[in-house]
Amino acid sequence: MSSIPTPILWTVILGLALGSYALRFAFIGFMGGKPIAPWLMRHLRYTAVAIIPALVAPLVVWPAPTEGSPSLIHFAAAAATFAVGYLTRNVLYGLSAGGVSLLLLYLAA
Amino acid sequence: MAITTTKSAFWKGFRDSAPFIFMASPFGFLFGVLAAEAGLIVPEAFAFSLAVFAGAAQFTALQLMQENAPLIIILISALAVNLRMAMYSASLTPYLGDAPMWQRAIAAYFMVDQSYALSIVQFENEPRMPVAHRMAYFFGTNGIVAPAWVIATALGALVGTRIPDSWGVDFVLPLAFLAMIGPMLRTPAHIAACFVAVATSLPASMLPYNLGLIVAGIAGMMAGAQAELWLERQRAKTEAAK
Repeated sequence: MSSIPTPILWTVILGLALGSYALRFAFIGFMGGKPIAPWLMRHLRYTAVAIIPALVAPLVVWPAPTEGSPSLIHFAAAAATFAVGYLTRNVLYGLSAGGVSLLLLYLAA
Repeated sequence: MAITTTKSAFWKGFRDSAPFIFMASPFGFLFGVLAAEAGLIVPEAFAFSLAVFAGAAQFTALQLMQENAPLIIILISALAVNLRMAMYSASLTPYLGDAPMWQRAIAAYFMVDQSYALSIVQFENEPRMPVAHRMAYFFGTNGIVAPAWVIATALGALVGTRIPDSWGVDFVLPLAFLAMIGPMLRTPAHIAACFVAVATSLPASMLPYNLGLIVAGIAGMMAGAQAELWLERQRAKTEAAK
């Protein structure tokens, strides 16, 4: 795995720290009791549920451990993780299911 | 149960948040392990969790740094994951907006999924709670979860430096993201946002500089907002027909 250059790492840490704080402070600090526009609220609600799947989908279809060639093992583990997370509504159950299925499939292959 | 003093409000928040330790600690630990695998040393991983204090955004930044994505893309993507914090901030303002500025400034740092979710339920159920008690409750919900998150990260990083590369943990980060998605899909609009983001991300990954992520994220966001509007209109129609 390529290591991350130190200046990049610290720029990211500081940038994210300041940016996240600004987002968290924005309304409670500056806006007083003024309500936020409904159309903006509506988009903010779906940012995380859009960005995270968009980040993960290419990583599942072209997994890094196989240098990008599609792999049934990784796809199956990914599907199990998602399915258990969705059905139990619990992140940790999903993650355990994924880890176990990845391990089992490796051993079977 | 009615809350009578500021102190008891804090401890109620503290108790209500206790189950979240079992979520925050393993996830913080995993972040530490993966950060160490990516080459971060223990103080770096610790500083990362302490300064940013937002799990999903930290995982996003870590993944993109490993892909050598441009700095600006890393920052935009991780902050986009955190945009929901602005929504939390907006939604708690009617309840906490009258507290002193220094309290609101500290509260902003502690604005995370679990403190928001617990507080909004508490404030809606007990609308007559005074502002000082609300603030105490909010801080209580972070009393144990926040330290647990940061300490677990440091422990994870300590362990992570000892894990040999041959164990192939480089697929664990995608699995962590996948596990996070399921519980987020609370309404059909969330599912629409997720589906459109995934469908866009695959062809969009051809774009240079990891721009595909931003494009797919925006597409998903718009799909979610439109689906919500459409569902509201459908509901209005069926109610009008009754």
